[in-house]
Amino acid sequence: MASKREPQSKYTADRGIPGAFEGETVTRRRLMTLTAHGAGATAVAAFTLPALGFAAGSALFERPPAHWEPVGRPDDFPADDYVPRVITVISGIGEVGKTAVYMRAHNEKFDGPLDPKIPGGGHFVAISTRCMHLGCPVRWTSAAARFICPCHGGVYDFRGKVSGGPPVRPLDRFYTRVRAGRVEVGPRYSVNSEFRRFPSYRDPAQDLDGIGQYLYPGRFSTPKLD
Amino acid sequence: MPRLKLPTPPLPNALNPRPKRPGEGRPVKPIDQAKEAGTAAVDWIDERTSLSGALRWTMFRKVPKGTNWFYTFGSATLFAFLSQAVTGVFLAMYYDPSPTRAYESARHITNDVFLGEFVRGMHKWGSTVMVILIFLHMGRVFFFGAYKYPRELNWLIGVVLLILTFVMSLTGYLLPFDQRSYWATIVAANITASGPIAGPFLGDFLRGGAEFNATTLSRFYSIHMLLIPGAIAALIGAHLYLVARLGTTAPPWQKVEEDRELIEDKV
Repeated sequence: MASKREPQSKYTADRGIPGAFEGETVTRRRLMTLTAHGAGATAVAAFTLPALGFAAGSALFERPPAHWEPVGRPDDFPADDYVPRVITVISGIGEVGKTAVYMRAHNEKFDGPLDPKIPGGGHFVAISTRCMHLGCPVRWTSAAARFICPCHGGVYDFRGKVSGGPPVRPLDRFYTRVRAGRVEVGPRYSVNSEFRRFPSYRDPAQDLDGIGQYLYPGRFSTPKLD
Repeated sequence: MPRLKLPTPPLPNALNPRPKRPGEGRPVKPIDQAKEAGTAAVDWIDERTSLSGALRWTMFRKVPKGTNWFYTFGSATLFAFLSQAVTGVFLAMYYDPSPTRAYESARHITNDVFLGEFVRGMHKWGSTVMVILIFLHMGRVFFFGAYKYPRELNWLIGVVLLILTFVMSLTGYLLPFDQRSYWATIVAANITASGPIAGPFLGDFLRGGAEFNATTLSRFYSIHMLLIPGAIAALIGAHLYLVARLGTTAPPWQKVEEDRELIEDKV
């Protein structure tokens, strides 16, 4: 037997194990135990991993194609006030899949010059009604020129920038484009408080300033723009 | 030195009492067999499973002096869970977890089905009762100091059970599929997603995508009626096993009775 100071030999014969073979390093009993456990673990993994992938895979990784929905003619939308429109975000589930957007034309006075890189051209602004606190629906109040959330008192100004309450960033927007004389609303995108675009849109309550943009990574399932 | 023990002297056979032959005495009538049927059936099972030992071990435990009505909150919670399980199974027979049909099927249960309003009401109010009972139970364990050694693991299992009950409350809240359900779920998914790094992915996992979509409701339904109840039932089993194994505690105001024989001046 090896003393405490000397490391044990890796050969079973040297360790005095009964029935040891010449050159054997693992006893047959241990090999059988490991094989049985390994086979069991493989069998469990064989149904658990596909089931987990089934539950999480399409939810996290499926990239749907961008869906563009016509909402009206260009002259329907003024530059100094919002017009509500209802678009379908998820089709086939009735009212639940619809959401309201507030539409207006691009306004140099508030928005500055057009962003040349924005997909679709950005001639129209489509503001999401989803509050950036926890996702309740905001309402445009024209007289106050504010978006107001009924749940916890989030308030946003004309551009959708937070002017009060708990929201962490400006209201999300949708890409817009003009096709065949119709204004179309496309996928959603998020902006931080400096109106920098985040094409992979984030859920409400996710701060996108400073360290927030790294703490809240974008999703793999961002819709593909054409 | 052991005393010598003499063997009993053998008696002649004629003097020995004769043992009874089998089948002698009063003949067994069918009525006697019928009377014994219950015992016989139990015996038949017990002979093959030895369940009676486990049952005795579970049911006939020593209980400390001073045990009182506060000790019933745990079993009250258990019965609240059983009531939720039974009413839930039967509600599932009428409920349809599709975004376009869910509200209608819930309305159908309440307005049309015989006793539907009652069973749905039991399930709805029972969930609140269960949460209240859990907190009373938890309060009893806390204030009586019953979470201390060696019962810490049972406290931990209890905390997991509490969290699972909250998950049940959360997922069940969506199922009536009215405005309140819908917006509460939107907010709950967004709160989940507000956790750093993993939060956004957990939120998407819960919703089954980036938006509230066609599978969100059936996902919540599956979690509510299959995943969590199974986990709760298994953990309740572990919780009760530990209660039976470790026993219950005496209330903190119970004085320790000294063994008279151990008091020195009385010996």
